[in-house]
Amino acid sequence: MRLLKRFVRQPSALLGAVFLLVLAALAIAAPWLTSSSPWEMNSQPMLAPFHDPAHWLGSDLLGRDLGIGLLYGARVSLAVGVLTSLATLLMGLLVGAIAGYFGGWVDGVLMRIAEFFQIIPQLVLAVILVAVLEPSLGTIVLAIALVAWPAVARLVRSEFLTLRQREFVQAARVLGQSPWGIISQQILPNALAPLLVVMTFVMATAILTESALAFLGLSDPEAMSWGYMINASRGLLRDAWWMSFLPGLAIALCVLAVNQVGEGLRVAFEPERSL
Amino acid sequence: MTLLSVEHLRIALPPGADRSHALYDLSLQVRSGECLCVVGESGSGKSMLAKALLRQLPRPLSVQSGRLLFRGEDLAARSEAAMRELRGRHISMVFQEPMSALNPLLRVGEQIDETLRAHGVKSASARRARVVELLGYVGLPDPERLRLAYPFELSGGQRQRVVIAMALACDPALLIADEPTSALDVTTQAQILEMLRRIQQDKGMALLFITHDFAVVEAIADRVLVLEKGQVVEQGSARQVLREPQAAYTRQLLAAVSAQPLAPRTTVDGAVVLKAERLGKVFSRRTGWWSKHTTRALDAVGLQVREGETLGIVGESGSGKSTLGRCLVRLLRADSGQIEWLGQDVAGLSEARLRPLRSEVQMIFQDPFASLNPRQTVGRIIMTGPLVQGRTRADAEQRARALLELVGLPATAFERYPHEFSGGQRQRIGIARALAVEPKVLIADECVSALDALIQVQILELLESLQRRLKLSIIFITHDLRVAARLCDRIAVMQNGRVVEQGDTATLFADARHPYTRTLLHCGGRLAGDSALSSAATSESFIAGTPAPTQGCV
Repeated sequence: MRLLKRFVRQPSALLGAVFLLVLAALAIAAPWLTSSSPWEMNSQPMLAPFHDPAHWLGSDLLGRDLGIGLLYGARVSLAVGVLTSLATLLMGLLVGAIAGYFGGWVDGVLMRIAEFFQIIPQLVLAVILVAVLEPSLGTIVLAIALVAWPAVARLVRSEFLTLRQREFVQAARVLGQSPWGIISQQILPNALAPLLVVMTFVMATAILTESALAFLGLSDPEAMSWGYMINASRGLLRDAWWMSFLPGLAIALCVLAVNQVGEGLRVAFEPERSL
Repeated sequence: MTLLSVEHLRIALPPGADRSHALYDLSLQVRSGECLCVVGESGSGKSMLAKALLRQLPRPLSVQSGRLLFRGEDLAARSEAAMRELRGRHISMVFQEPMSALNPLLRVGEQIDETLRAHGVKSASARRARVVELLGYVGLPDPERLRLAYPFELSGGQRQRVVIAMALACDPALLIADEPTSALDVTTQAQILEMLRRIQQDKGMALLFITHDFAVVEAIADRVLVLEKGQVVEQGSARQVLREPQAAYTRQLLAAVSAQPLAPRTTVDGAVVLKAERLGKVFSRRTGWWSKHTTRALDAVGLQVREGETLGIVGESGSGKSTLGRCLVRLLRADSGQIEWLGQDVAGLSEARLRPLRSEVQMIFQDPFASLNPRQTVGRIIMTGPLVQGRTRADAEQRARALLELVGLPATAFERYPHEFSGGQRQRIGIARALAVEPKVLIADECVSALDALIQVQILELLESLQRRLKLSIIFITHDLRVAARLCDRIAVMQNGRVVEQGDTATLFADARHPYTRTLLHCGGRLAGDSALSSAATSESFIAGTPAPTQGCV
């Protein structure tokens, strides 16, 4: 409760959270909000925004409605963001917790594997993975999660390494609690705060990476996404700037909002400054 | 001549604090060449006084009213630049923790050199000569070489000497020392106090000494001022305050540090519940491809504890006493030797095989703030043990509630979180957690050393009464002979990983055989507060203990 109060007290964080919630609601409701598909060519091409009340965000090169495209793009971006965060969390938590709690050679092996993924440029690895595996929502999430997990694993590991030494964890060992019990009841609740913050940054990166992949033509061909929209209209940047600008703005605002929420969480989790 | 005069100083605390003022209407005088000890428990505002004098109060605190006069001049009138000029040159400060007071990346000589340079000593050779002189003056061996050492290469006592040397660099008129010996071992503490006393008399410097420990007061003070919750409760000469304390609070504090005679106990000859034989533990770290640096933390340690008995393990830091405690409770695995819990050898058991036996031997930890999970309610913390030992939830809850009462905590504590409790209360929670699994043996590792003297006494009394009621055996690990003497039937003295002497408390105090035990007794005895007041402290007076000047404490 106090956490929520401290979060809400920060205007930028609250604004970010509200933006994301509204966006999520719109994205989920997209099929009901509009009757046409984002691929449908239903207007005059290259319509500028605010000219036609039926297509008030304008249309693209092929006469597809930009507003509907953005709405459906949000579905892809948010889905990729959320799913990737969860996948990354799962992998990072598992590896980090095992490495940090048990230490020794287990830690050594797991961290070498993590380093193996860290030394490859992330976008390049994601591009190769998606290209090899055929682009779809699943493979995109998998590819981004595969390049993002080492950072999370390292964070979890370092939290576990310090918390493992704390006296309350040792007390639990002396009481005879099993390693699984200690990890889930003693250590994890205390490591949650930094983890949650990092997850928001993972989510922001995931949204950006998905856009980059789509821009490179490596998105799910069935799904309209913001990156794809920019890619499709980049050739006409000078004649119809809004066609690239609007999805670009959507990406920027979305990532900014996620980051603001992360920052707000960080501040809210910080121990209250008292004398 | 009055050097420093504080008149009606008030420092207000922000709303929502536990009291309205950090310091309320405090007045004091320090004359040149005099040592004034400011005594108080944690939170009494004694450190605020030091910070106010140097005008370094943490935001948002500020002096609300009152005057600080140094050599008759009001410090509030000084500009910030003029204050900087004053700090370090005329008023210096020595802090509690020497490791954090020194910059770990600079050689100690350079750090003293910095102080000299900041206060206008231009010539490099003059500064260097002064550094060497200062290091020699505070009793450090081979100052020419030591000047080039980094802080981590020095022991705690040596570091504190360096900090003092730095404070003395410009021959200040007033030295403020904030708990300068609290982080040190007793033998080192005695040496540092002796040195401070010598320097103070030698230079005719005034010393404002802040401490919580009456034993230290006894060793160094000319005059004493006792603070309670920001208010002066008593002020007077050391002799007067220590011998004929007027305020009830002072009497309580004094009673808390005086060693009371151990209540006579029937000789314990129950069954042996915990036994260690030829226990060895070596810590090693690789220093190169083939070279290893090894430390022998435990060297063939043997001991045993009978049912209902308290064994004290006494030693200075680095003596291996904590390692021993951890090995006995199997937080660490000993390299060699045997450990028997109720007759069963556990030294070699795997963690999984050991778990069901864990309830026999429990531990109470040193730090009441780190030893409780901040994200669990007190009830859940206490219930952890019974639950993992296979009790039902209802059963565990009932047991936890009963234990709260047993250790003297209100029933409402059950739903609350650890951060809502004070250090002493948290230590009670820690004790309840350990007792929840009905152990036979309790290992207490420095479990009162983080607490104020008055609270220490309460916790020790609690342990003693619990022991009688539950027939517990306790292994009490401490650096403080005073505390050990109060609680323990037998004491084992450790040095460098070995038990150098072991015996009944009374016998040990009356007739210590090992030279190291005698050194400890000597330092402990001399610092033993008011029982040592009557005459030069002999080891007998320490254990027999002249009765405290008042009734018992708290």
